[in-house]
Amino acid sequence: MRTLKYSAAIREAYAQLLRDDDRVFVFGQGLWSPWYVGASMTDLDKEFGRDRIIDSPVSENATTGAAIGAALVGMRPIVVHPRMDFMVLAMDPIVNQAANWCYLFAGGTSVPIVVRAIINRGGEQAAQHSQALQAWFMHVPGLKVVMPATAYDAKGLLISALRDDNPVIYIDDRWLYSEEEEVPEAMYEVPIGQAAIRREGVDVTIVASSFMAQQSIRAAEALAERGIDAEVVDLRSIKPWDKELVFESVRKTGRLLVADGAWKTCGVAAEIAATVASEAFDALRAPIERVCLPDLPAPASKSLEDAYYDHLGVDAVVRAAERMARVRERA
Amino acid sequence: MSDEHDVARRRLELWRRLYATMVRIRAFEERLADLVDAGEVRGPCHLSIGQEAIAAGVCTAIDTDDTIWGGHRSHGHYIAKGGDPRAMMAEIFGKATGCSRGRGGSMHIFAPQVGLLGTVPLVAATIPIAVGAALASKLRGDGRVAVAFFGDGATEEGHFHESVNLAGVYRLPVLFVCENNFYSSHMALLERRVSDNIALTGSAHGIPGVVVDGNDVVEVHRVADAAAERARRGDGPTLLECRTYRWRGHVGTSWDMDVGVRRKDELAEWLPKDPIARLRRELIECGVAESDLDREDETTHDLIAEAVVFSRTSSLPDPAELGDHVFTTATGK
Repeated sequence: MRTLKYSAAIREAYAQLLRDDDRVFVFGQGLWSPWYVGASMTDLDKEFGRDRIIDSPVSENATTGAAIGAALVGMRPIVVHPRMDFMVLAMDPIVNQAANWCYLFAGGTSVPIVVRAIINRGGEQAAQHSQALQAWFMHVPGLKVVMPATAYDAKGLLISALRDDNPVIYIDDRWLYSEEEEVPEAMYEVPIGQAAIRREGVDVTIVASSFMAQQSIRAAEALAERGIDAEVVDLRSIKPWDKELVFESVRKTGRLLVADGAWKTCGVAAEIAATVASEAFDALRAPIERVCLPDLPAPASKSLEDAYYDHLGVDAVVRAAERMARVRERA
Repeated sequence: MSDEHDVARRRLELWRRLYATMVRIRAFEERLADLVDAGEVRGPCHLSIGQEAIAAGVCTAIDTDDTIWGGHRSHGHYIAKGGDPRAMMAEIFGKATGCSRGRGGSMHIFAPQVGLLGTVPLVAATIPIAVGAALASKLRGDGRVAVAFFGDGATEEGHFHESVNLAGVYRLPVLFVCENNFYSSHMALLERRVSDNIALTGSAHGIPGVVVDGNDVVEVHRVADAAAERARRGDGPTLLECRTYRWRGHVGTSWDMDVGVRRKDELAEWLPKDPIARLRRELIECGVAESDLDREDETTHDLIAEAVVFSRTSSLPDPAELGDHVFTTATGK
């Protein structure tokens, strides 16, 4: 089977969705630009026309609100925010509107949009070109949130997100764009809410998504060399998230490490840790650990930036897992 | 000669339709005010008494398939578009038979079968949503028009300016209908903006901005009809600044004088401009019998009384259904 990079897998999903369904259109900033959205949308405007691939004015709020309006009358829009930081300007349409309308009108309507948020950090871009705000959206009832870690999932989850009748926040991370693997040419769906075990192990469960799932796979390899057999659970969707698979894994290993590429306080890792502590406490043989960013904005200068992202490094995951393994020796 | 006769007949038919629509809105809200005062309705109600001509004039200028989108003060829009008063009254009572089955209350009303696809109180929120409905119409070429109703306060939101620009640049079939009643909650217009010039926002964004006497229902209808026609031709959006006055307070039934928000003489100036009394006088001048209008008004009041009975006798939503509808279960793939 041919292989595709993560970014090319996203582009293929777009092209197939646009070909498959007349109701699909894509709306957002930078869509006609050669550099804004990596290689994930190259020449889609040439292939499908600028009526369906609409590069918008600098209006995150109105474009997202308009996508909701189009969805409410039967279209299937994908709104693109090339930087998640700028998507903060669209919080009313996402949080107050898209998330609420189905409930407010008792299921009489729904908002089938995909809001694609790109995490685009590093490169000394500093605080407002770096943020990973997935926890905000996970918090809101009425939104689904997916975070693919692999090229296969990048394609399959975009297709599932678009075909879902509810608003789905699709978050991709540009640090994953060169991940490459076999990707089927046909259209396929990755079910929203279903996690995947990326590596089996018996000593510690590492739960992660997106970039941190890839970091965790690398960490598990390093841990194996040190005699620690880690199981890596890639959530793929953080809302809803696959509790059953996580519980099952924790019951096997007795240890839970959650890695999330965003701030620690009130983050995705906190939610998973709390749920496991509350609902699978008897399975735990060590305190739950979290690998996250510290509660501070991203800096610019290389020396500071390196120190900041070291918190998401493979070593950070390895060290945390080792700490947990030592608890076993004491037990 | 017969042509002239035809025109006059059609005009009279339209006027009577406009009159009946306004009376229905007024009757609904006056009755609702009584229910609020009696404590029977508990949720917040924002009344549009005095402003009925705008909802009536605009909604009679568009088709059932055209969509409208509103805000916190949208009972009038719902009725003018043809929504069932019973379902809205029941919604305000919080009953399972309400248009939003008790999830929304007065500020979140819904009548998709007649093109009211939602009202929400987040100020200006439905402006970009209406623009999106218009974008869908343009992409599909279905000839539908979308209408966003909002107050003067909403023109201070970024939503509004982004939306007018967006609709302008894509020449979308949308009407921006600003109901300028000169107050946003307790704040007078000139405490919130440098000039009383909302319509000029249109030209600043490259679209027509029209000032309309919002208490002249025939004029509102005429301007809305022209704007809808223009939108359908593909010539893009229009901003209508309809100048009016709400008789009651921002929320609830008080008249605001008691809390010092407004001056008695200001209200006294506007009460004689009552859009309903005005059209009624003109209908009588055209030869319509007063007794006919009285009889029609009475039928409307009976309809509203029936909506109240329906609401009182409907069940409350089952608490077991609290968690339903967070996500749709429809599979529209």
